Formats: sequence, structure tokens, C-alpha cells
Amino acid sequence: MSKLIDLRMGLFLAALFIVTVLVPIASTLDQGSALSIPSYLIPLMGKYLCYAILAVALDLCWGYAGILSLGHGAFFALGGYAIGMHLMREIGARGVYANPDLPDFMVFLGWNELPWFWYGFDWFPFAAVMALLVPGALAFVFGWFAFRSRVSGVYLSIITQALTFALLLAFFRNEMGFGGNNGLTDFRDVLGFSLSAPSTRIALFVLTAIALAACLLIAKAITVSKAGKVLVAVRDAESRTRFMGYRVENYSVFVFTVSAMMAGLAGALYVPQVGIINPGEFAPANSIEIVVWVALGGRGTLVGAAIGALVVVAVESWLTANFPDLWLFALGALFIIVVLWMPNGLLGLVEKLRLRRKPAPDPNTETPA
Amino acid sequence: MSAQLFLDGVHRSFDGFKAINNLTLSVDKGELRAVIGPNGAGKTTMMDIITGKTRPDGGEVLWNMSTDLTRMDEASVANLGIGRKFQKPTVFETHTVEDNIRLALKAPRGVFATLFHRTGKAEEARVTALLDQIRLTHLRAEDAANLSHGQKQWLEIGMLLAQEPDLLLVDEPAAGMTDAETMETAELLKSIAGQRTVIVVEHDMDFVRALDCRVTVLHQGSVLAEGSLDHVSARDDVIEVYLGR
Repeated sequence: MSKLIDLRMGLFLAALFIVTVLVPIASTLDQGSALSIPSYLIPLMGKYLCYAILAVALDLCWGYAGILSLGHGAFFALGGYAIGMHLMREIGARGVYANPDLPDFMVFLGWNELPWFWYGFDWFPFAAVMALLVPGALAFVFGWFAFRSRVSGVYLSIITQALTFALLLAFFRNEMGFGGNNGLTDFRDVLGFSLSAPSTRIALFVLTAIALAACLLIAKAITVSKAGKVLVAVRDAESRTRFMGYRVENYSVFVFTVSAMMAGLAGALYVPQVGIINPGEFAPANSIEIVVWVALGGRGTLVGAAIGALVVVAVESWLTANFPDLWLFALGALFIIVVLWMPNGLLGLVEKLRLRRKPAPDPNTETPA
Repeated sequence: MSAQLFLDGVHRSFDGFKAINNLTLSVDKGELRAVIGPNGAGKTTMMDIITGKTRPDGGEVLWNMSTDLTRMDEASVANLGIGRKFQKPTVFETHTVEDNIRLALKAPRGVFATLFHRTGKAEEARVTALLDQIRLTHLRAEDAANLSHGQKQWLEIGMLLAQEPDLLLVDEPAAGMTDAETMETAELLKSIAGQRTVIVVEHDMDFVRALDCRVTVLHQGSVLAEGSLDHVSARDDVIEVYLGR
């Protein structure tokens, strides 16, 4: 158990728990009170937590197994689309065209019946399973071909980038049946609860916090297991691992699939909170930004990845609100700073400062991988 | 005794260069065999072919006279009981010394087997015994990256032993070792032979002499001579190959 919840994990989970308890309380306070949080901020914070889940997902496969995916945004978007499709079905006859059988965009395109791949999405559990299964299946098939052919390193990064770009182009097309350029939006309810009601927003926020904690613990459990050690072994000396009898491709496919499913979960929680999913989520730049989060927080630390995501998106929100032109420069500068001076990210920096203060380091402290 | 490993007429060329040319070699169960030869004689390619890294263009590699290794990948060959040590010591640098051994221990290699693996007492005892044997007990909690070159060589040999292979392929184990370490390594390999088959590729003649075993001389991808070290080193063609370059 102590292997699962070390100091860093414990502190982070405690902080997450406190925030998860305090935010709903603060949001129900009288609007005049100094501590009250306006209701519109809650989905924003929920969105940040979704990004943190996404960062943990990428750190699991990049930080530990050395698989630098530049296409994790695709798995996130697919999870989002799966839930988005369900939310579209829940609108029912309340759309602009008041068509009880078809979403607005299909009526607009002049379609007469629901495409087969929309079947089942009326039912929430089906959509929820699909939000995990579709990204997982795509990652499994993609990984199976890529890792069996021993594609790795920069080549793998490039084809994952191509994957998300191909999906971006495909989802832009109206004929695909996912709302084309506009994507899916105008959602009303989830499971009968209005998405604009403060209580629904709080519930989604709390759910996202729980999901983040669960993903962190699952990822941690994988990395401290013997399988996790094999993954690090693959990262550091792939052929040694093969000659030892481990099937490297199976380990890579496994971790890539688990990671993609986590990304799908993040997307599924993201869409009801932001109220829209469109092909823009497949943009290659989004996937690259995830890499910046993980690099900034600290590769191979899990908690660091989550912190990195929270820090970067918080800075992004602040900058785009106050100095909209500066954000991309700031992002580029952050990336350069991390590469040049913080190879182990924020957590690595904290660790370094801690060791400098303590001249004789405790031999039992785990050094960051 | 029956041949544990039998290479029969193996060929392999790279861009027209015949790295392995009609190589036929037989190694008995429990034997200690040294393979020597000048640079480019095909020693490493031979190892690559046996361990499934490189597919030969022709010929057979038979394990226990029944299984053809040429159709298998590295993991399958390793799981048959063939362990390999690289020329450059290759250990998992960010893992501790004991975790390096733990990963190598003979155990199911599947994803789910390792995911739900629990370390048992017998396993810990085995790790401790192996660490004693390679004299790294005092460094067991150290990251492998912090070991010296010679210690890494020993750790890799320990990892090989942990796999409990029937055949050990050892590529230049003495490289970068002090004279004392070289002799200790020779003693260790001699003590392993008998229970396991050991093939050592080596340049260092003092080391080969210390192994005191049958020697195969490779030249241009095939066997030039075979016999005791004194026997082969007295032959004119061997002297010419070694000194004529």
C-alpha cells in the first residue's frame, strides 16, 4: 500500500480531496460572500481536471514505456464524441427542427434516418462503454501493427501525429455523420439532469476529481508492479528485454491501450462540462500540448504530469484572458525552458532543491525515474 | 553426448558481404566452448542468428536436434532456455541491482502474469543467492547506472544465471575487466559449464587459455579450425589469419 501511495501521491490526493470538498461548498455560498465561487467557474475547473487525467494517461506510456505519442488528443476526442453522441440523442425533440428521431445537423443535411453507427447511443451505459472501448480498440489495433513491426522512437511519434491529423480531416466531413465542422453541441441534459444546473455541474466536477484520483492510482499500480518494471526496462534497453524472453510488443500494446482508454475517459468527462465537441479536438497542436504538460510537470512521475497540466492550463487561461496575443509565445518559451533547464520537470526541480538542502540524502528515498 | 546446439550449413550475407558462409558447428550439452576469430569473422552475426535476432538466408539451427531456431523471434528463443550476454554490458540502468535480477528470474513472461505478480519468499532467497554469487550484495539497492564497468558485466552475468538457461551465449565477458576480474570470470564460467552449456566469444587469449576448453576459430564466416587452444594456435592457417592482417 505504501508503494501505491508514496509521499507525492499522498500530498496530491489530499490536496485534490480538499479542493473537491471545498469547491462545491464555496459554490453554494451566498454570491456576496468573499469565498463564494461563481457557478460558471465549476465546469472550467472540471475541464482542468480532465486535462490532468489526459496528462497522466500520456505519462503512463511516455514516461514509463518511452512511447512518445503525439496523437493522444485523438483518443481524448473519440471518448468525447462517444458521450457527445449520447448527449445529442438526449436532446430529443427539443432541437431547433424539433425532430424527435434525428439530431439537428442530420435534419439540416436532409438525412432521413439515423446512420447505423448512431444506434445504441440513446442508451447512456452503451455510450459510456464506447467512450472507453473505441479509443482502446483503436490504440490496440494501431499499437498491434506498429509495435509488431518494431516501429518506435521518432517514427512512432510521427505516425501517431498522422493518425490524429487523419481523424481531424475525416471528422470535418459532413458525410461522416458526426456533425462535420460544427461537431456536436446544444446539449441539454445528461441522464435527465440539466447540464446548466449548478448541482449537475458540481456532480460532474466531483466525478472528474474521482476519475483523476482513480487514474492516478491505476497508473501507479501498473508502474510499481513487475509489469511496470518491464516497461521501464523496455524504455531503457529494449533488446536486452527481448533476449530475456519478454515480448516487448505485448507490453507496449498493453500500456498504449490502457493509456488511450484513460484519455477516452478524460474526453468523456470533458464534453458534458464544456458543452461541445468538434473536430478541432483532433488538431495535432492539442496532442503536442499534452506533451508539454507532461514534460513541464516531470516525465515518469504521474503526479507531476497532472500538476504540469493544471499549471499550464491555468497560465493559459490567465494569459488568454489578459494578454491574448502572448499565449503561444509563452507556451513556446515554457517548452524551451523545460528542455534546457528542467529535464525532469517541476517535480525534478523540487527534488533537486530538497536534496540540496539535505546534504546527506536518505538512501531509502526513491529517486525519480 | 548429443548435440545441444547444431548449426548446419548456415548462410547469411549483408549487401553481398558473406558474414556467415556455410557455417557448421556442433556444441554438446554441458560443454564449455570458446569461439575466437578476427574482427569480421562473423562471431556476433552467429550469436544474432542463434538468438533469433537475424534470420539466416539458408541452413538450419537445431536445438536439441529437434527445434529449428531460425523461425523464432528473440523472446521465443530466450524462453526455450537460451540466454545471451552482450559485448557492451547492457543492464537496466534506472532499475536497482536487485530489480535487474528480479526481472531476469525464470518466471512467466506474459503481461498479465507480471502485472499481478507477487514477490514470494523463495524468489527473494534466489535473488539474495545470486547477488552473493556475483558479489554485488552490498550494492543491491543501488541503481545499476552507478555500477562500474566490471560490476555491470557481473550483473549481466547474474541476470543471465537468473534466467536459468540451458545455453549461455557470452559475448566478450572480459572486456574492460581487470586481470583479477578476468580470471574470476573464467572460474565462474567454468563452474557454470557442466550443468549448462556455455559458448564464449572472446578476443583475450589469456582469458581463453584460462577457460581451458575446446576452441573454434571462425574466419570469413565459417569454421577454420577446432580443437584445444594449443592445437589450433599451432596451425599455420590460424597464425596467418591472426597475424597476416
